[in-house]
Amino acid sequence: MPEMTFTEATLAAMREEMRRDPLVFVIGEDMASQGGVFGQFKGLAEEFGAGRVLDTPISETSIVGAAVGAALCGARPVADMHFADFVACAMDEIVNQAAKARYMFGGQCSVPMVLRMPDGAINSAAAQHSQSVEAWMLHTPGVKLVAPSNPYDAKGLLKSAIRDDDPVLYYEHKALFKTRGEVPGEEYVVPMGQAALRHVGSDVTIVSYSLMVQRCLEAADELAADGIEADVVDLRSLRPLDWEAIATSVRKTHRVVVAHEACRTGGVGAEIAAQIGEELFDDLDAPVLRVGARDVPIPFSPPLERFVLPGPADVAAAVRRLM
Amino acid sequence: MAVTDVGGARAVQRVDNDIDADTQLDLLRVMLRIRCFEERAEALFLAGELPGFIHLSIGQEACAAGACLALRRDDYITSTHRGHGHCLAKCAPAERMMAELFAKATGSCKGKGGSMHIADFSVGMLGANGIVGGGANLAVGAAIAARLRQTDQVALCFFGDGAANRGTVHEASNLAAVWKLPVIFFCENNRYASTTAAGAALSIENVADRAAGYGMPGVIVDGNDALAVHRVVREWAAHARSGGGPVLIEAKTYRMRGHYVGDPQLYRATDEVEAQRARDPIDRLAATLAGAGLLDLARLERLRAEVAEEIEAAVRFARESPLPSPEDALADLYVNPIERMP
Repeated sequence: MPEMTFTEATLAAMREEMRRDPLVFVIGEDMASQGGVFGQFKGLAEEFGAGRVLDTPISETSIVGAAVGAALCGARPVADMHFADFVACAMDEIVNQAAKARYMFGGQCSVPMVLRMPDGAINSAAAQHSQSVEAWMLHTPGVKLVAPSNPYDAKGLLKSAIRDDDPVLYYEHKALFKTRGEVPGEEYVVPMGQAALRHVGSDVTIVSYSLMVQRCLEAADELAADGIEADVVDLRSLRPLDWEAIATSVRKTHRVVVAHEACRTGGVGAEIAAQIGEELFDDLDAPVLRVGARDVPIPFSPPLERFVLPGPADVAAAVRRLM
Repeated sequence: MAVTDVGGARAVQRVDNDIDADTQLDLLRVMLRIRCFEERAEALFLAGELPGFIHLSIGQEACAAGACLALRRDDYITSTHRGHGHCLAKCAPAERMMAELFAKATGSCKGKGGSMHIADFSVGMLGANGIVGGGANLAVGAAIAARLRQTDQVALCFFGDGAANRGTVHEASNLAAVWKLPVIFFCENNRYASTTAAGAALSIENVADRAAGYGMPGVIVDGNDALAVHRVVREWAAHARSGGGPVLIEAKTYRMRGHYVGDPQLYRATDEVEAQRARDPIDRLAATLAGAGLLDLARLERLRAEVAEEIEAAVRFARESPLPSPEDALADLYVNPIERMP
């Protein structure tokens, strides 16, 4: 199977979907000159023309708002947020428009759009270019959320997201862009709402998504050396959530750590821990633990940044607390 | 009801100041429909029959009617929180709208939206919007979709003097101008943003003057003169349709009612409102039509009676319609529903 980077995998998905459906188009900043800030759209303007790869001013509100409007009128925009942090500038367009249009208009319309959200901390980008902001949107019914952890899923989930008739927020960790992995040449999609078991064990369940899955796998290897065998559940999508995958693993291991790079308080981990507590209490031998960033903005200086972000050691330490 | 069809790029040559008699009478009929619908809604609200709250456009009917009748059925509009008139003028059926105000299952939005989110996508009405200025970028997106499909549809964005001060309108105006999108930014300057006088929130006299900052034409029209509004929107819709790019039209009008039904209106004098009665857009058009020999008292009364009958039928339909089932609250969120909804 051919290998490619996460970025190349997303590009392959874009090309395939734009060839398949002439109503799919791209809207975002820095598209024409460099194919997006991280090159995730490189070559699309050349192949599909400026009419389908729209190079915008720095206008996050318009990028998302226009994507919503175009989607309401039958087009299928893939909008790019540059950095997920900037979605704060377009919050209304997601929370009050995209997420609610179909519902508050009684099902008259749909909003088939994708918003690509490069998130996470990398290279001392500091407080306004490093956040993981998925929890903001998990608290907003009406949008779906996916967060691939590898190139295979990056392509398959992006294709699913583009084909879905509902608004999908596509969280792509910046540290994943250059990672490589096997990606089939032939057509495939990864359906939303299906988790993947990345490491198999019977002692503890580690639930994660996005880049943090890689950290959890490192932790799982370290724990295995000590004879602790972990299930690592890669959620791949946060809504729809693959509850069965979580429940099946928890019923087997009776111990759970939920790990993400976003800060702990009010995070996705808190929600998953609560659902496990509500529905699987009798299966638990220990409290559900959360691993996440410390509750501060992401700082600039490397030692500060390293201190704040969760890593494999934090995941392993949490697991050991449960044993 | 006929919607004026200006018919594509070639129409530019035949845009002139003549509005045919049928269209003039249609303008009057649509304004009467809006007035009747809203006066009825106001009374029903005060009688406690409608939940929530409602915003009325009484006094501004010439804007909705003049603009929407200059558009085609397949053109798009985005609306404001004061959207009944826009929706009716775009030819949405009154009965489903009234049922929506009654929060009934038969409403345009199945009782999920209410007055502030009234919408009818079947006529290109992309929704009233509870977020002031929320429609501007939606209109830009609608124009992008039209361009992508290579149709000659235009998108008209209704917004108010209040929304003119929102960043959404700035970003949308700039983007539409940069890309020469077929968007008509139609500002209904009704003199008040909620309780704040327009002059207290604008550092210039006219919203339309801001158009220069985007390199787009800015046009001021008497928003209480339906024929004038119709002419100007017809002209600029043809311009946009033929690739001429966006325009900012400012219609000077006046909100005769409070911001919402029940507003004590402490921010303006009764005299000011009373003085505006002389500008009533319906009386003005009726007088103009009478002067042109297109309307006599009998015909006006007949029009009023027809409209009243339609609205009463809408009220009956709404009253007799069922409320939604409680569990309908969980429907219509996603096209592809998710199985696990906590």
